[in-house]
Amino acid sequence: MTQQNRLQSGGRIDRSKPLTFTYNGKQYKGFQGDTLASAMLANGVNVVSRSFKYSRPRGIVAAGAEEPNAILQLGATEATQVPNVRATQQELFNGLVSQSTNGWPNVDTDVMSVLGKVGGKMMPPGFYYKTFMFPESLWNTYESLIRKAAGMGRSPLENDPDSYDHINQHCDVMIVGAGPAGLAAALAAARSGARVILADEQSEFGGSLLSTTEKLDGKPASEWVSAVTEELRSYEDVMLLPRSTVNGYHDHNFVTIHERCTDHLSDIAPVNQARQRLHKVRAKWVVLATGAHERPLVYSNNDVPGCMVSGAVSTYINRYGVVPGNELVVTTTNDYGYQSALDWHDAGRKVVAVVDTRANPAGERVDAARQRGINVITGSAVIDVQGSKRVSGVSVAPISADGNKVSGSVTKLNTDTVATSGGWSPVIHLSSHTGSRPIWNDEIVGFVPGPTVQKQLTAGGINGSYNTNSVLSEGLEAGLKAVAEVGLNAAEVVLPKAEDVKEGASMTLFHIPHLKPTSQAPKQFVDYQTDVTAAGIELACREGFESIEHVKRYTAMGFGTDQGKLGNINGMAVAAKALNKTIPETGTTIFRPNYTPITFGAIAGRNCGELFDPKRYSAMQMWHVERGAKFEDVGQWKRPWYFPQAGENMQQSLDRECLAVRDSVGILDASTLGKIDIQGRDAREFLGRIYSNAWAKLAVGKCRYGLMCGEDGMVFDDGVSACLGDNHFLMTTTTGGAARVLEWLELYHQTEWPELEVYFNTVTDHWSTLTISGPNSRKLLAELTDYDLSNDNFSFMDWKQIKVAGVPARVFRISFTGELTFEINVQANYGTHVWEKLFEAGAKYNLTPYGTETMHILRAEKGFIIAGQDTDGSVHPFDLGMGWCVSNKKPFSYVGKRGMNRQDCVRDNRKQMVGLKTKDPKVVIPEGAQAVLDPNEPIPMKMVGHVTSSYWSANLGHSIAMGFVKGGLDKMGETVYYPLVDGTVIEAEICSPIFLDPKGERQNV
Amino acid sequence: MQRYSGFGLLKHSLTHHENWQRTWRNPTPKKEYDVVIIGGGGHGLATAYYLAKEHGITNVAVIEKGYLGGGNTARNTTIVRSNYLWDESAHLYEHAMKLWEGLSQDLNYNVMFSQRGVLNLGHTLQDMRDIERRVNANRLNGIDGEVLDPQQIKEIVPHMDCSDNTRYPILGASWQPRGGVARHDAVAWGFARGADSFGVDLIQETEVTDLIIEDGTITGVKTNRYGDIKAGRVGCVVAGNSSVLAKKAGFELPLESHPLQALVSEPIKPILDTVVMSNHVHGYVSQSDKGDLVIGAGIDGYTGYGQRGSYPTIEHTVQAIVELFPVFSRVRMNRQWGGIVDTCPDACPIISKTPVKNLFFNCGWGTGGFKATPGAGNVFAASLATGEMHPLAEPFSMFRFHDGALIDEHGAAGVAH
Amino acid sequence: MFHIYCPHCAEYREEEEFHAAGQAHIARPLDPEACSDKEWGEYMFFRKNPRGIHHELWVHAAGCRKFFNITRDTQSYEIKEVYKIGEKPSVVAE
Repeated sequence: MTQQNRLQSGGRIDRSKPLTFTYNGKQYKGFQGDTLASAMLANGVNVVSRSFKYSRPRGIVAAGAEEPNAILQLGATEATQVPNVRATQQELFNGLVSQSTNGWPNVDTDVMSVLGKVGGKMMPPGFYYKTFMFPESLWNTYESLIRKAAGMGRSPLENDPDSYDHINQHCDVMIVGAGPAGLAAALAAARSGARVILADEQSEFGGSLLSTTEKLDGKPASEWVSAVTEELRSYEDVMLLPRSTVNGYHDHNFVTIHERCTDHLSDIAPVNQARQRLHKVRAKWVVLATGAHERPLVYSNNDVPGCMVSGAVSTYINRYGVVPGNELVVTTTNDYGYQSALDWHDAGRKVVAVVDTRANPAGERVDAARQRGINVITGSAVIDVQGSKRVSGVSVAPISADGNKVSGSVTKLNTDTVATSGGWSPVIHLSSHTGSRPIWNDEIVGFVPGPTVQKQLTAGGINGSYNTNSVLSEGLEAGLKAVAEVGLNAAEVVLPKAEDVKEGASMTLFHIPHLKPTSQAPKQFVDYQTDVTAAGIELACREGFESIEHVKRYTAMGFGTDQGKLGNINGMAVAAKALNKTIPETGTTIFRPNYTPITFGAIAGRNCGELFDPKRYSAMQMWHVERGAKFEDVGQWKRPWYFPQAGENMQQSLDRECLAVRDSVGILDASTLGKIDIQGRDAREFLGRIYSNAWAKLAVGKCRYGLMCGEDGMVFDDGVSACLGDNHFLMTTTTGGAARVLEWLELYHQTEWPELEVYFNTVTDHWSTLTISGPNSRKLLAELTDYDLSNDNFSFMDWKQIKVAGVPARVFRISFTGELTFEINVQANYGTHVWEKLFEAGAKYNLTPYGTETMHILRAEKGFIIAGQDTDGSVHPFDLGMGWCVSNKKPFSYVGKRGMNRQDCVRDNRKQMVGLKTKDPKVVIPEGAQAVLDPNEPIPMKMVGHVTSSYWSANLGHSIAMGFVKGGLDKMGETVYYPLVDGTVIEAEICSPIFLDPKGERQNV
Repeated sequence: MQRYSGFGLLKHSLTHHENWQRTWRNPTPKKEYDVVIIGGGGHGLATAYYLAKEHGITNVAVIEKGYLGGGNTARNTTIVRSNYLWDESAHLYEHAMKLWEGLSQDLNYNVMFSQRGVLNLGHTLQDMRDIERRVNANRLNGIDGEVLDPQQIKEIVPHMDCSDNTRYPILGASWQPRGGVARHDAVAWGFARGADSFGVDLIQETEVTDLIIEDGTITGVKTNRYGDIKAGRVGCVVAGNSSVLAKKAGFELPLESHPLQALVSEPIKPILDTVVMSNHVHGYVSQSDKGDLVIGAGIDGYTGYGQRGSYPTIEHTVQAIVELFPVFSRVRMNRQWGGIVDTCPDACPIISKTPVKNLFFNCGWGTGGFKATPGAGNVFAASLATGEMHPLAEPFSMFRFHDGALIDEHGAAGVAH
Repeated sequence: MFHIYCPHCAEYREEEEFHAAGQAHIARPLDPEACSDKEWGEYMFFRKNPRGIHHELWVHAAGCRKFFNITRDTQSYEIKEVYKIGEKPSVVAE
């Protein structure tokens, strides 16, 4: 197929590099340097999408980020699908596969458009709020039909083969946009020695200069662009980022840039390359040189393919060598609109007319058009368009001087293209991301950036400056200001001169009147992508939606993927007129990140899959893996859960592990417990203030269990602390609570009791903790040490500094199983060595590795709590029956004391921790089961507690459980019931939670 | 009030939709009202609606400093569920759920309440214990709920990675089929239209600049546009501004206002039919009828009234979503925004009398406000009507932070909503 | 994302290294036992939560682990000053 709209010469494309691409299954040709959109236009593709609500055929309207219609599905394979690619921003590459996203059977012939035509009248804004309500039961059916129409592109159904990078950047000056203003700013900053980042969303720098016929210093503007870009590239401290969209401007001059590294090459990144990169920039100063978007006029049927914004027409001609049609009618309120007519004419195609709303336009471009013999129709506008899949003609009519009504008879002109210009809207999006409200400027008929606390400068189109000379000088000025602010000496920059084109005054007009009132006129689109019309906006206003935010929400204006870049101001103007207000009186328009959509993968970066969250392992991890351990996630730690042997199910493993500990000896890797080294003259005093029990008399060489409460008296962590020296303690915490506890200690020390001399350091990772537990644990340990391990010399709750397997070790005689236990702590690097030595010596004792689950069962047999499992932030020590762990004699009112004496904490009938024996000893109550006193009560039932821990105890031969029951400590022997999801009810007797060895003799031997 | 229906649409289409009535009036306020409600968000408007409808009190004004439903109502991720852990909150949210069911018909305004079910994922054994506990409690409280295993989850959400190859494999989930989403703006507008139809005055673009308090009793409010307006009782429903108004009344609240961010993808073809929430990996997502993936982020840790938060929060959320749904990696994020959530220390709201007589506060909903809208409005209306707290509101007194009777929903509310 | 000057490290660092720890200058009552439930509840839970100038406690959690104070505008997010524990703010709300 030939590129019928391609010019023989001109533009920035490389005609020596032809490319092949596919659109809707058909092959087309384009050139290196094309965008997908320019290549489609070159090939005469008219319809690129179907509209969201009315299924109207739509064509390409714009040439950049503001394009609302050309939203395509990209990707040659399932895994490389990309939904919603804006064809105007997608560089063409060889083999590109694209598809339109809506329309059945295809985008050219869509049966839904019939419904759109017929039913469209019944679908004004908010119609769905007014219907689909009856009968109530049918809403699901209605909604499933509505949902069928949802969405544009589709998500891939296979995982992304590509990777994405993040990079942190710091610079003196971050310049957003490499058009004339941005380049001038960059030049000034770079020459002055500043660290500069210059980012632009396009494939090459130059911005508007890439598509202009304008001369700088008498030479093509692109020459200046090349020279400046070359110079910038020569500076070491300047980073140039093409294909990089600054998507977000965040507080404290933090800027996010989305760089598309390989999307111009293929739909999958070349091997060893990241597809996209997210730059996170902290800039001392930010220069916004983001330019402006041209505003289309709002007239009837302005969405028929062939209707384009004027500047885009020029861009396609001048930059891509594509004339997107054969005949052109321009409808404009200003001089800029004439440029497309001039470019079109100069490209050798027919300009039917320029229709100017102004009665007496007078400017150099107007003169130039007339000199070329172009028919200029003044005081008039295109009020309607003919055609469905392509413009076939326009209706032109004189309009009144205020632009409010048609004032004469209609003339019809044949044409296939309409270019429109209603003026320009500054691209202020980034400036409002940080909460700054834009300000309306009557002079330029647009919003400009408002006051901000950011270190932000603006230059060029964003300020409403559209004259090239002033744009350049504003850029230079911003660059120099930034340089001065960061304390550098300004270098000299001489700007090129553009010819000053004399311009006539523009007319302020947004919405072109029709012969019929807006409500009855053919549809006049304001926001193409969301199918919002002028009539819809007027209707919203009539219905009382008067704030612009209400209008936007009621009509969905601005909620598309283009975020209303073309339509928002027009919509505000239509609303303002309907409400008889000024535009600023209807409100401002607030933009949020992102400026243009950004790939989730790029935001996630490498922090997914394996790297989603760090994994923490103990030193013995490989041993556990080799023994086939199953793991449990506890915080970031991977902890062995149980160690199944061949042919065992989980319960069988647990039974074996549990019995081994009580009968002989087992070993647990307890390295993950938090360990905090506490030193200083006042360490002991500090512990006394932070724990609920007494620490004043704990002797060197002794250990003690402590409960840690919040100021509200509720338990939040627990653990054993050992007195290593008079001024030195080692605190252990729960595995998941370590970081929180350390911060808690620091908080109290630094903010409340700085007078205490005490220091904290985390030593969790420094130690491996090997816990051997069971009646044979002493014998086992004795094989690896000469130390006298007798009960007299090394008693329960002692710790000793000894050597184990030749390695210096701190051994703690503490017990979480209720058995004789030695907790061997060695330097982490020796962990595996000692572990393996224990197994060498332990074979004869059937030394059995056990995991967290067996540990949980064994401690539950003893009624020991696990903070976080048996507590939930609403229980204090007395609720847990752990009043023994609360000291009322301490002189200092420790953290938690006052809290646990509040009215609600001392009332009767609080939920209290008890043991539970099921009536049928074989039945294990599911953890989380809720207790009731009357199993026959109808729902809602009165719940009196729940089960926190529940297991089969192989040692006891019956199930055991711990849980809360209201007033449970006074209800020993009474029955509670646990109604389950499956309808069964488990009956249990309230008992002491200590099921085994209530006197604690086994750990004391 | 003009009835809405499909037939009405047809009829109006014949006259080019030129004759639709205003959805609500734009009245000039009277000098005095029985009840003044400060704050025209979902909760305030629901309060006004139920005051009029259920208590016959129509001499009511709602004073809104911006536009109706423009605060958190306009900014949330629209999730509705009632599967809260503790009886007090479960009853309150279930009261709301029952009102949601049938709300469109009651209001004659389609709030598009869509009961597509809510999954709360568990990724650790403790998550699963908490889920079991909550589902058991829910069922005994008459709230629907089930515990699902990964296979069952996969059937509901086929494109989520339910394998055990992930960093935190999905071990199970709670499933509330009656949960879902509603169209947030429509909720505010539906209540506004309903309240207006009973004669409630909705006063927009009007800021309450001060409270008029005499001898410990509130008697009215001062406004920036209409001077003093007298009131018998005043209900303050100003999420994101509660502490500021409390200060004017001379007391502090147990609140911190934090940014809560959310984001949407570009619209894509339907791929996710339910609401998926994960406290553990910190993210939740549903797909709107328009096709956007609506994604909620976590709360930023600092106090912030700027309606925006910090970027790392967005990053972590997107990481979580891509971790749960690796197929979404190439889908693109369209827009992010932030609300201001007033968080209470126990993650439960305050619906309460205050130290000032006849001044009532409804605040502190944290991340849970939207789903409670009809229920909160309903019980707050009853309290304003009678001067005594509705039994379902009673436990949510601000004075619980004195005596210690907190309702700790951190487990159930968590980061997710 | 905030850019925060840690007064102990004497460097600007990214917000991700810090935790916000709530309102600053809340002193624990010296004699908790003398507090009524109301007073204790107010110490624990009730906060100024201002819209505007706010003195808040932060900790350089992934850095030096030191707590310090920030005066920040909660509306514009502008950091007005950073000062150590025990020091007084120089920027205060009107």
